[in-house]
Amino acid sequence: MSTREISFAEAIREALAQAMEADERVFIMGEDIGVYGGAFGVTGDLVHRFGDDRVRDTPIAELGGAGVAVGAAVAGARPVYEFQFSDFALLASEQIVNQAAKMRYMLGGKASVPVVFRMPCGSGTGAAAQHSQSLEAMFGHVPGLKVLQPSTPEDAKGMILAAIDDPDPVLVFEHKLLYKIKGHVPEEKYLTPIGKAVVRREGSDATVVAAAIMVHKALEAAEILAKEGINIEVIDLRSIRPIDGATIIESVKKTTRLAVVYEGVKTLGIGAEISALIAESEAFDYLDAPILRMGGVESPIPYNPVLEKAAVPQVDGIVEGLRNLVKGRI
Amino acid sequence: MATEVILPKVDMDMDHGSISKWHVKDGDTVKKGQVVFEIETDKSAMEIDSPADGVIKLAGVKEKEPIAIGTVVAMIYGAGEEQKAFVATSVKPAKAGAGLTSDSSAAKPDPGLRRDDGIVGGGLRATPLARRLAEQAGISLVGIAGSGPHGRITSADVQKAQAAKLAAAAPVAVASGLSSDAIKGQYTEGSYEVKPLDGMRRTIAQRLTQSKQTVPHFYVSATCTIDTLMATRERLNANAPLGADKNPAYKLSLNDFIIKAMAMALQQVPAANVTYTDDGILQHRTSDVGVAVSVEGGLFTPVIRSAESKSLSQLSAEMKDLAARARARKLQSHEYQGGTAAISNLGMFGVEQFTAIINPPQATILAVGAAVERFIPVHKQPVLATQIAVTLSCDHRAVDGAVGAQLLAAFKRLVEDPALMLV
Repeated sequence: MSTREISFAEAIREALAQAMEADERVFIMGEDIGVYGGAFGVTGDLVHRFGDDRVRDTPIAELGGAGVAVGAAVAGARPVYEFQFSDFALLASEQIVNQAAKMRYMLGGKASVPVVFRMPCGSGTGAAAQHSQSLEAMFGHVPGLKVLQPSTPEDAKGMILAAIDDPDPVLVFEHKLLYKIKGHVPEEKYLTPIGKAVVRREGSDATVVAAAIMVHKALEAAEILAKEGINIEVIDLRSIRPIDGATIIESVKKTTRLAVVYEGVKTLGIGAEISALIAESEAFDYLDAPILRMGGVESPIPYNPVLEKAAVPQVDGIVEGLRNLVKGRI
Repeated sequence: MATEVILPKVDMDMDHGSISKWHVKDGDTVKKGQVVFEIETDKSAMEIDSPADGVIKLAGVKEKEPIAIGTVVAMIYGAGEEQKAFVATSVKPAKAGAGLTSDSSAAKPDPGLRRDDGIVGGGLRATPLARRLAEQAGISLVGIAGSGPHGRITSADVQKAQAAKLAAAAPVAVASGLSSDAIKGQYTEGSYEVKPLDGMRRTIAQRLTQSKQTVPHFYVSATCTIDTLMATRERLNANAPLGADKNPAYKLSLNDFIIKAMAMALQQVPAANVTYTDDGILQHRTSDVGVAVSVEGGLFTPVIRSAESKSLSQLSAEMKDLAARARARKLQSHEYQGGTAAISNLGMFGVEQFTAIINPPQATILAVGAAVERFIPVHKQPVLATQIAVTLSCDHRAVDGAVGAQLLAAFKRLVEDPALMLV
């Protein structure tokens, strides 16, 4: 497979373009995704390449936009709806949670809703409390939805293509700080499997489960700890629902210690789910330390940049937490 | 929620201890940070503070009664909490100091926390992995000292206990050669009295037997002429500034110079500043030098950290403090653990030369004899010189002969010309 280095945002744009080229049922919608090119520049020049029928600007009315997308999906199209900020998806939760997620079940499998929602998420851009949330766990709580979180440009492309290919509603949470990172991405079309985590770094002393930007922070922390002789295994969760329990269980059985690092609010979050998953599994008998959760603080994301940083796990804190975990101090 | 007060682990090798003195009575109101009891272990005594505010209910553990680490000895109840009577949720160690016994009763498979252990409730903390390993190995968790917070037993503790059990299975008799009874049989009954082994004596016997049996020692000796050092010391002491109490700020001893010289020699010969482990040699950055301090009934070897970077007056002050606290048995375990080399000085007893047993896991120990005046030939003329004889014991697994010789040569250079310690 020939690859080249492109950004996370470019990888998503390429996925959208290749999907539209390959399948005329695919079209994209969203606020300012046309001539403006998207709030974060993801859609870029797509309107000029595919025309404004297939790259449709919508009004500032998320519930209406999402309703159109869900309706089009039920009618046989393959829409991709971009929220400017995933926070605004709460306005459209009637369509996402009450309609799209339920329809296959309520109609006995006679209908499906192959819609994709793109969800720019996360803090770090100084956009304050209403534009910085990490709501993946909240949507991940809903049966009928699939929830993905890419951490690399390669996965970003493969997950968008897999989401479009999937017969059910898929939410792809794209961390805003990742749009500019670069990585090798294959040129052709490919699907990243949904519901499959991946080990990004092998280690023997503790397993860290993370997603999206926290994968990068965990890898950085692991690099620092390696100099102290502590070997951390880093798992990129990739899929919040369905969750890949098997990969985590196998890893914990090997390392005997587990930490979960995530940007969403710590309480009732991804960390709680993964901790419980391990506690309920055969890996429980392999645990040699309490499970460590490192998540966002119990507060809306502050505007002040110092506080904003302090509100979510950072590398220093992850290093310290993991060191304490491995050294038996917690 | 009520707060537990446990018998904490204050020493690495500790699996049991006792409360030497209670400072509170059952039903007293205590404040967080207030001293609740004093603990006495093999090697140290420590005051334990209350972890919370509230009313304390004692579990009925008596002073001097040996109990396992992690035993809940009291509960502290906050305002409005129901106060329950309870008893200590652990058992006495099967055999003082042993941790695990080699008798067959302890060898039966025991999954840790079963009702038939006689333990009710969760008095014993262990990780799931530790419990599983203990069950597989047929080891009881009771009596294993947990190294984790609140005395939690981890897999490493179980593995250590397992190793100890295997070591115990190879009879201790190897150490002394004969059983206690066989030895007593060689002396007329009534011609001696038996003084029970205390924790310190037991530890010294175990550690040094292990050292002499498992650490391959070799020895290198040298004689150092220290007239310049003695003159320097006299000059420095004569010029010591007066402290706040109108006494000289420092009074350097010969031993302070020896500590400094050893620390700097270890920096000059890094190959000797090491510790042997089966995983690999630990190459230390700083010179952490242990100094043997004789105390009533035994000895301690408190460690001066980064001794190479400390001034003589700092070393002198630190050594005084450590020695005083060693004699009062108030050293904390981290103060006498670790270290790469040690110094044992018997000069004050008039001993001219001796060899010392390495204090594991350190790699070397320097045995220092008394300063003696003797005539030595200089340009074919007898000159009166002050000399000390030193013998370095080396762990051959980590330090080879040539390296030991280099370390001793570096030490000799430094004590013979102490100005070299300035650079």
